[in-house]
Amino acid sequence: MKYALLIYPNDTEWDSLSEDEQKAIYGEYFAVSETPGVVGGQELQPADTATTVRVSNGSTLTTDGPFAETKEALGGFFLFEANDLDAAIEIAARIPAARRGGAVEVRPVVER
Amino acid sequence: MLATLIGFLGDFDLAEEAAQEAFAIAAERWPRDGVPSNPGAWLTTTARNRAVDRLRRDRTLAVKTKLLEVPVAVEDHVDETTFPDERLELIFTCCHPALGLDAQVALTLRTLGGLTTDEIARAFLVPEPTMAQRLVRAKRKIATAGIPFRIPADHLLPDRLAAVLAVVYLIFNEGYGGRGELAEEAIRLGRALAELMPDEPEAQALLALMLLHDARREARLRDGELVLLEDQDRTVWDAAQIEEGRAVLGRALALQGRGPYLVQAAIASLHADEPRDWRQIAVLYGELARLTRSPVVELNRAVAVAEAEGPAAGLAIVDRLALDNYRYFHSARAAFLRRLDRGDEARAAYERALALATAEHERRFLRRRIAELAAG
Repeated sequence: MKYALLIYPNDTEWDSLSEDEQKAIYGEYFAVSETPGVVGGQELQPADTATTVRVSNGSTLTTDGPFAETKEALGGFFLFEANDLDAAIEIAARIPAARRGGAVEVRPVVER
Repeated sequence: MLATLIGFLGDFDLAEEAAQEAFAIAAERWPRDGVPSNPGAWLTTTARNRAVDRLRRDRTLAVKTKLLEVPVAVEDHVDETTFPDERLELIFTCCHPALGLDAQVALTLRTLGGLTTDEIARAFLVPEPTMAQRLVRAKRKIATAGIPFRIPADHLLPDRLAAVLAVVYLIFNEGYGGRGELAEEAIRLGRALAELMPDEPEAQALLALMLLHDARREARLRDGELVLLEDQDRTVWDAAQIEEGRAVLGRALALQGRGPYLVQAAIASLHADEPRDWRQIAVLYGELARLTRSPVVELNRAVAVAEAEGPAAGLAIVDRLALDNYRYFHSARAAFLRRLDRGDEARAAYERALALATAEHERRFLRRRIAELAAG
């Protein structure tokens, strides 16, 4: 099965971390991305860089900002190929955001 | 049998339908041809074959095509007379933390307890369609999210076993509150777990705890009124079940258990003694409070300490607790104050308890106490 691990960071202490501490956390993200079964993933720019697009009666409407105005915006994702949900939960728990005040949502990907 | 079929087919609904079909065939054939030498294996084989037939017929269903590969490949290797007992895999699937607690309870009762959807709905006082919907959603999530059908790996086992035990104990407590059939069902599940996990002290301890509590069920109510333990008619207690509970507790202790169910079972066992060893009970509540960090457990410890050392010692403990919205906090405090002859404070505490109590028999009890103090 393939899972999307949707990362919702909420790291209020990030800016107060030293450069080395920040590097260590990026290192953890890198280690996750190198885990066998991880077949893709990206970090996203902050939500205030988002543009939301709708099409109504053939005309394109663009608005500034993310679709959902929530405090915790999607910050990135991994795609993970695994036998079952337990494996996906284990790797989700290794993503730093999960223990640093944020959360990781595990969603099975539709496969046709 | 259902557990074996789900393990084999990987599909709850298909397994249930196949099992029903097999029973129907048995009802028709066994009276005519005689009962086979191994009825359980006959039923499982028949159900499995029906399910495979159905899968072959349903080739058009895209979702099932993946399943098709499995039975066809495995079919010839399954021994006709012995099937693996997969109840344990099934209960770990049903009690997976990715399912909501309501869904875990309903699925466990439906698939392991064999209760009908209607029975579960009635037991939890929800409309039947609501319960049916809850079961459908849970089964769909198991399939789509890939919740595994297996015993968790060692490093996950402590947490996952705790989740399973919590579901069984929740079912028991629902039954203990009056719906006796659920308590019996929980004990049946507890027996299965204790048998399937003979080396897990907490599985043994939960069974012991349920047996010991349930042995006093008949004595807990008299004419619809709750009877406190010290006023219960001990001749109505099920002595054989208390013995059994203590024997199971002994097994858990021999396995070096120290978990919360073991401590609770040990407390329940001490409560069945006459006279009760309140000092020992207080020590065990202290251990339980350390394990659970629950202020409610501290409140229970205070009651035991008050019995052993007097109401002032109990009051000193409860006055440190932040349980202002918990009615038993106020009623326990009131009882200590009453015994210390601090009537006005006792009455105020009973009034607080009354304001928070909802059950009618509790309200009657509290009003009686308030009236006594007013007269006193």
